Amino acid sequence: MTGRLKAVIIKEIWSLLRDPKARIVLVLPPLIQLFIFTFATTLDVRNVDVAVLDQSSGIHSAELVQRISGSPNFREIRHLRSYAELKEEIDNQEVIAALVIEQEFDRNLERGRPVQLGLVLDGRRSNAAQIVAGYLTRITAEMGAEAVPQMQGGVEVTHWFNPALDFIWFTLPALIVIIVSIAGLAITSQAVSREREMGTFDQLLVSPLRVHEILIGKIVPPFLVGAFNGTLYLVVAQAAFGIPFNGSLALFFLALCVYLLALIGVGMLVSSISMTQQQSFLGSFVATTPLIMLSGYASPIENMPDWLQVVTYLNPARYFLIIVQGLFLKGMPAADVLHQLWPLVLIAIATLSASAWLFRSRME
Amino acid sequence: MSPPDAQARRTFDRRRLRAMMVKEFAQIMRDPSTFLIAAAMPLLLLFLFGYAVSLDTAGTRVALVMEDSSAPALALAQSYRASPYFDVSTSRNRAEARRDMIGDRVRGMIVIPQDFGRTVQSGKMPTIQMATDGSQPNTALFVASYGQGIFQSWAANEGLPGAAAAAPRIDLSARFWYNPGLKSRYFLVPGSIAIVMTMIGTLLTALVVAREWERGTMEAIMATPVTMAEFIASKILPYYLLALASMSLCTAIAVAVFGLPFRGSLVALYLLASAFLMPALGLGLFISSATKNQFVASQIALLASFLPTFLLSGFLYEISSMPAWIQAITYAVPARYLIPSLQTLFLTGDIWAHFLPNIAIMLGFGLLFFFLSFRVTRRSLE
Repeated sequence: MTGRLKAVIIKEIWSLLRDPKARIVLVLPPLIQLFIFTFATTLDVRNVDVAVLDQSSGIHSAELVQRISGSPNFREIRHLRSYAELKEEIDNQEVIAALVIEQEFDRNLERGRPVQLGLVLDGRRSNAAQIVAGYLTRITAEMGAEAVPQMQGGVEVTHWFNPALDFIWFTLPALIVIIVSIAGLAITSQAVSREREMGTFDQLLVSPLRVHEILIGKIVPPFLVGAFNGTLYLVVAQAAFGIPFNGSLALFFLALCVYLLALIGVGMLVSSISMTQQQSFLGSFVATTPLIMLSGYASPIENMPDWLQVVTYLNPARYFLIIVQGLFLKGMPAADVLHQLWPLVLIAIATLSASAWLFRSRME
Repeated sequence: MSPPDAQARRTFDRRRLRAMMVKEFAQIMRDPSTFLIAAAMPLLLLFLFGYAVSLDTAGTRVALVMEDSSAPALALAQSYRASPYFDVSTSRNRAEARRDMIGDRVRGMIVIPQDFGRTVQSGKMPTIQMATDGSQPNTALFVASYGQGIFQSWAANEGLPGAAAAAPRIDLSARFWYNPGLKSRYFLVPGSIAIVMTMIGTLLTALVVAREWERGTMEAIMATPVTMAEFIASKILPYYLLALASMSLCTAIAVAVFGLPFRGSLVALYLLASAFLMPALGLGLFISSATKNQFVASQIALLASFLPTFLLSGFLYEISSMPAWIQAITYAVPARYLIPSLQTLFLTGDIWAHFLPNIAIMLGFGLLFFFLSFRVTRRSLE
């Protein structure tokens, strides 16, 4: 390493860490995000209130209500007297679902006839409502099935890699990718535009530094911060949340380094285009949103329309997410990791050289 | 127009305010990034929520392992292949299917075992095995339940004993009010309106005021006769109008392009939006005055406003399912009071009993944040 390169790297690290507030901001908020979002982003539905309009008032309808209130998913069962009350409770979002037990419920059940139950759900929260409908269907089906003999055969289901289907096991590895991305893009995109805004960029240009030296100097600090944060989350995921890491650490760090380079390339592109810090921050923000939404974290890529699935191949987060989730739970072998890694290498080369070209052409 | 009294002239001069606002508007117009955030970002968000975020699963890739090639086994395999929910590929054995699952090429495995055909021919209910990729819990549940469903309807078709008994005697007929087609778009769009307003209200305001501090132009402004109230009003009004314009654009596209129903009134929409912008703008001002640095302000604004609006507002994730300490935090997220109201406004109509308390709470938060930013600004000037 030449003396000049070393000097510029030290200068860049200093300018990032000089401000005590900025030092804290680099590490603490991402860690807070990791903790809060791990617990907040669950798709289970618990502690919801439901209402019951029991027009049958028999033994069986009472038993059904008893079974529902016994379920850990529901908090309060509100007893309704009329349809008007039902509409009011749903409209004001006091309850997410209302079960209507009709007058003939007990009579039909005693005569062994099939019975119908009405269920009204709040479609404004269509996700949660669907899940609640699933819970209630299971409860009524259990009650109905107890009378008939158990059937032989059927489908034996096992869930590999996460037998209890613990949602945190999915969320936490994904959050490592998301938070490294948000922080990495935010830091890199500020790199050039801050100098421009402060007027120190011209000083850099008249210094004996070559263009590639300035660029490398800009790349190193976000790379180090990203590597530090990535390692920290890897440790926290195992130590604080007990997520198993079954893969190879060497592969994890190799993938992390390549991903950071690809990410920094995107950030440098934003930074080279921007004239002010405000532009670069808003620009990085506009870049972060599709990066996350098209990564497969917010919803599976296979649910997207075909043409959009093609677009996701350009998203570096897509590959890194598959690698991290694979390494954590599935112990993904090297061949599969490399299969996801080479597109990431191509993206890194493309974004870094594009930003270098843009940087150079903007200087002249 | 009545002449302003002496007290008001000293603290709030209309001409000075106008001059300050002209300056602020000029800054907004000159910077292309404000248009990026006010016009391009809403479009991008609506587009992504409209197409990318789909929880409606279809065409999930599964591997089929045929250990039996009898006629019933082939018939069941055909049922799986014909299902629109699955994209079935054939694996030679279980080990290969597992390798494909590890390599992220399939999400589930269905095994039709050796004795399958014999069991069916002897008139008994056969057993098959399924394994899912638990690293994606939602998809795993989906694969398991649809895989079982297809098996059961196949068994009922074949007239196998026990198959009919699997049908529940108590039948639950569910109706989803206000969104019978269960389109996730319907509740995502009101949420993205809240996000756009958060970005303009908090993020942009925080950056703009932090820049005045960072460049030292804040002292220059404070040296002029402009009062604190005028200064804050001049910062807030332009961004308030920009946010409302962006919100209107969002609403128009949501209704015109994405076919969202709009069952409430415009009055309620603008009242709710205005009430929400008070805490959003107040928080932006407070962050910038407390940090005085654009990078720090941007990161804090991200953490304190954007991400909570996204994740802690009940927009994507149910608040009642979160642990108690996180539920406590959500009460301090202004978007929590906006998003259910917006969803109601779009899908149900004007329900003032629902809107008014929420508006009051949002205005309360607004007052608190403005008070805090007044105090921080005043202290740092002394």
